[in-house]
Amino acid sequence: MQHVKTDGNGGVAALEVAAVSYSYGSKRALSDVSFAIAPASFTVLLGLNGAGKTTLFSLISRLYSTRNGTIRIFGNDVARASGEALRRLGIVFQARTLDLDLSVYQNLSYHASLHGIGARQARQRIDTLLKQMDMGDRLHDKARSLSGGQMRRIEIARALLHEPPLLLLDEATVGLDIQSRAGILATIRKLVATEGIGVLWATHLIDEVEDGDQVVVLREGRLVAAGKVTDVVKSTGTKTLRDAFSRLSGLDSRQITDIEP
Amino acid sequence: MSTLPSQKAQSDVVAVNAPAFGLRQYLTCLKGVMVREGLRFVNQRERFISSLVRPLVWLLIFAAGFRQVLGVSIIPPYKTYVLYEVYITPGLCGMILLFSGMQSSLSMVYDREMGNMRTLLVSPFPRWYLLVSKLIAGVTVSIAQVYVFLFVAYFFGIKMPPLGYLFVLPALFLAGLMLCALGMFLSSVIKQLENFSGVMNFVIFPMYFASPALYPLWRVQQSSPILYKICQFNPFTYAVELIRFALYEQVDWLSLAVVVGCTLLFLAGAIIAYDPSRGLMNRKQDTGGNA
Repeated sequence: MQHVKTDGNGGVAALEVAAVSYSYGSKRALSDVSFAIAPASFTVLLGLNGAGKTTLFSLISRLYSTRNGTIRIFGNDVARASGEALRRLGIVFQARTLDLDLSVYQNLSYHASLHGIGARQARQRIDTLLKQMDMGDRLHDKARSLSGGQMRRIEIARALLHEPPLLLLDEATVGLDIQSRAGILATIRKLVATEGIGVLWATHLIDEVEDGDQVVVLREGRLVAAGKVTDVVKSTGTKTLRDAFSRLSGLDSRQITDIEP
Repeated sequence: MSTLPSQKAQSDVVAVNAPAFGLRQYLTCLKGVMVREGLRFVNQRERFISSLVRPLVWLLIFAAGFRQVLGVSIIPPYKTYVLYEVYITPGLCGMILLFSGMQSSLSMVYDREMGNMRTLLVSPFPRWYLLVSKLIAGVTVSIAQVYVFLFVAYFFGIKMPPLGYLFVLPALFLAGLMLCALGMFLSSVIKQLENFSGVMNFVIFPMYFASPALYPLWRVQQSSPILYKICQFNPFTYAVELIRFALYEQVDWLSLAVVVGCTLLFLAGAIIAYDPSRGLMNRKQDTGGNA
């Protein structure tokens, strides 16, 4: 049992991104991005398409290597102690990553094995999480037979199987109807409140942000604002987050969408 | 840089349950990867049938037709003249491993395109261990296919020495490991699924035909010394010979050394290619996201 100090004010952050830059060849995707999020907090990573959200997620999850800067998960450097860092991280990618030919149970137990969780313990966790996600009756259904929203719920259950204290979700509500989006968002917010999980929620949809949330705003690979919603709004001299986001993104506020087109 | 504050009131210390991985966890991971590979194979019925039909077509149709044309002299490990069907059986075992290895390469390209590969790569186990687990899983599926082929061939009169069926197991494992490792390395180089047809044309067919799988190399040497040289540089040549000798309860040491050496080389290439800090994967723009 490892103990991580987390006093919220100078203690070990759930996620610390320090001076991270990344390029695809000559195309700069992230420039000197720094922020940190506390455990048991809901932080929204706001940015338009192409702002660098997915690149940042790929670096945090070590799909890509951090060449410039440092990323730490509960104090564990993703580059130097990737195993320790990744054990504390659950992630839901933007692209669907379920194996469509396998059942829900097979998909989840595969993930459990990738975290060294034995069959018996995995089964208990799977049953608990599926009930939590209202998917208990779909255990043996093929992933292919699920709707988009149901697949997302299974992916969230999968990301939580190894009980990570930090959860990353990359545009988790993309392609879902309003009801599914609201359901998933509520589930994640409940996890923060009841389980004390730190969440980084990447989105470009402004209506997914609540006044009490923390926000990190990216624009063309640069961090342009970070803090409480009220502080970000105040710092831009606007009245609403929509206006603040449109100003920070260099757009007319009418171009900022609540829901997907 | 300031930490964005926590929303939930909590104590100063949070327990993060994370004991170090032991042997049991490593084996659990390997088992999970093997089960998934097996399930994928079973679910893809066409893949199973074609993996069996392909060598049987060669054995029962091609070999029957060419029996008179391609006579085989007495060459090690054979102690007497053998039927052409008997001669090409080890080559067909190699063919199953070759196609299966490349199929595994295809599945990795597919997994990467579909995003499934990410679930493997974000596992906290070392990247090399995950790739080796995937290799072992792929080889196990290949070996099962070879044994089904040998079982069917037995009923068509292609019989090996009884102990040969046991002796060939480590040879199949090594040869399969080499070919799967090659496939894995290729999968890191291939950017899109469509490019896989290039692998068929430029890797699988040349490797297969420029080897002793279908005809002994002394015959190749007689007709084309250059092709003979190419065959000698083809790792698949040694995979076939390793299997051939093992089926007759012998070890071809040169083949063993080449197969082991190539396995290590290809595996190192694949591990480097999939290593996020050094590999080729880093240079490819992610297709799953926006930036």
